[in-house]
Amino acid sequence: MAIFEYDFMRRAFIVGILLAIIIPCIGIIVVLKRLSMIGDALSHTSLAGVAAGLIMGINPILGAIAACIAAALGIEAIRKRIPKYSEMSIAIIMSAGVGLAGVLSGFVKNAANFNSFLFGSIVAISDFEMILVACISCAVILAFILLYKELFYIALDERSARLAGIPVKTVNFIFTILTAVTVSVAARTVGALIISSLMVVPVACAMEFGKSYKQTVLYSICFAVFFTVVGLFLAYYARLKPGGTIVLIGVFCLVLILFAKKIMAKILLTMNKL
Amino acid sequence: MSKVIEVNNVSFSYGSEPIFSKVGFSVYKGDFVAIIGANGAGKSTLLKLLLGELAPTSGSIHLLNQDIHHFKDWPKIGYVPQNGFSANVNFPATAEEIVKANLFSQIGFLRFPKKEHMEKTKHSLELVDMAAYSNRLIGNLSGGQQQRVLLARVLVNDPEVMLLDEPTTGIDAAAVQSLYQLLTRLNRETGLTIVMVTHDIGRASSYVSKTLCLEEGSLVKLDRDQINDELSHKHKHPMKNRLQQIQGGEDNHGDF
Ligand SMILES: Nc1ncnc2c1ncn2[C@@H]1O[C@H](COP(=O)(O)OP(=O)(O)O)[C@@H](O)[C@H]1O
Ligand SMILES: [Mg+2]
Repeated sequence: MAIFEYDFMRRAFIVGILLAIIIPCIGIIVVLKRLSMIGDALSHTSLAGVAAGLIMGINPILGAIAACIAAALGIEAIRKRIPKYSEMSIAIIMSAGVGLAGVLSGFVKNAANFNSFLFGSIVAISDFEMILVACISCAVILAFILLYKELFYIALDERSARLAGIPVKTVNFIFTILTAVTVSVAARTVGALIISSLMVVPVACAMEFGKSYKQTVLYSICFAVFFTVVGLFLAYYARLKPGGTIVLIGVFCLVLILFAKKIMAKILLTMNKL
Repeated sequence: MSKVIEVNNVSFSYGSEPIFSKVGFSVYKGDFVAIIGANGAGKSTLLKLLLGELAPTSGSIHLLNQDIHHFKDWPKIGYVPQNGFSANVNFPATAEEIVKANLFSQIGFLRFPKKEHMEKTKHSLELVDMAAYSNRLIGNLSGGQQQRVLLARVLVNDPEVMLLDEPTTGIDAAAVQSLYQLLTRLNRETGLTIVMVTHDIGRASSYVSKTLCLEEGSLVKLDRDQINDELSHKHKHPMKNRLQQIQGGEDNHGDF
């Protein structure tokens, strides 16, 4: 296929698929902990890191990673103080991140470079970025497999997890760091403004079909890979922005699934009546 | 007989709001204890103290003969929370996955469950008659069935004692009946010690071996007649005025 003759498209597919594997792994835990908006808060804060990186002349991705880790730890710290309304911690950090990004972006000379972080630029990935994504993906996959039962139990019921002997604090800390790192590299590729949908939409689709936690995890990954591959093809042939295309396909599929389920239920109901 | 729980002179307050003063009681191996009391009397708070989640302002708590400050063997203290899964009914997990998760201390950090852990999970679901539903999503089970899954989750660790916080709220009368029968069976057949918080004294009293009532900051033990009074609402005054108080962990075992 012509599309794979271009080096930048091959890279886009490699990076896109790797991210499509790790983002739902993070996403499912985030959704089940009822922290769906965490992706938004972190990715917006990562923009502050990007701006800081561009101003100080260091790699903006490294800036994003540092800002994200700080934001994620901030969210965990606030969440512990107001456990009943933990979503508030996300809103607080997000506002701080957006504010900081807004102020710092005023000092960035090359606005085009900054804008590429808003909607991502998966077709303009450097060697360094590709290696970074590969390393981070390996780390996230490994951690997700090794911490599979721990993350599951903490998401289900944090108190019982602690009573069962799980080192809840340590696991939460590792997960927070992984989330931050994943969000910051994903921000560069699919874009800071859409990373949150990529965390949530595949999980939402999978939850419509999953008959167990394990299935839900696997389906989430399948959906995310599917959205990414279809999105990249479509973006290439229709000359659309890839990040936005991927997310729109996901949302379209979710709506379709919910709609189809409703119709199926109606059909079954009428068939039972006959 | 060995003491499973010993509470001595425990006082506790949330900030300046006192909840109990100098409460004491003991639970022995094989007991089936009901703790009753009105809404807001502090029943859930008492369980949180027993779980080490809150610390008493004074007094001491011993679990399995160890001071709670040094207690490590939490899987041996099975805890079934109030309202079970109500906040989490759409969590995409099967009964089996939920029960297996509690085997953490036996499987180990960063390790994977083995065949023996699968068998323990299966056995535990069998104990509560839920083996047939092991692959069902928790959200597709009735309230009573969810409650059984929570019991299985605790039982999988062979606990010394099971603490239940109002296990009968939100489940229908038939399910309550069979839950009590199940608890009685576990208590008689496996010698499991059970401490159950409830305000359904009517039904609970015919199953349990000891009833403690939490009222106005103190804990009193009720005998048969007092339970009957309580049921017919004869008393007008706070119970503690008319009842002998149990304080300071005085040994009341074997009074029945
Ligand atoms: N975290 C808390 N902070 C302050 N007060 C609390 C807290 N939890 C419970 N209380 C108060 O302590 C009292 C006992 O609560 P609780 O133990 O939940 O009662 P019960 O379980 O018997 O209904 C209530 O008056 C309640 O308002
Ligand atoms: Mg309560």
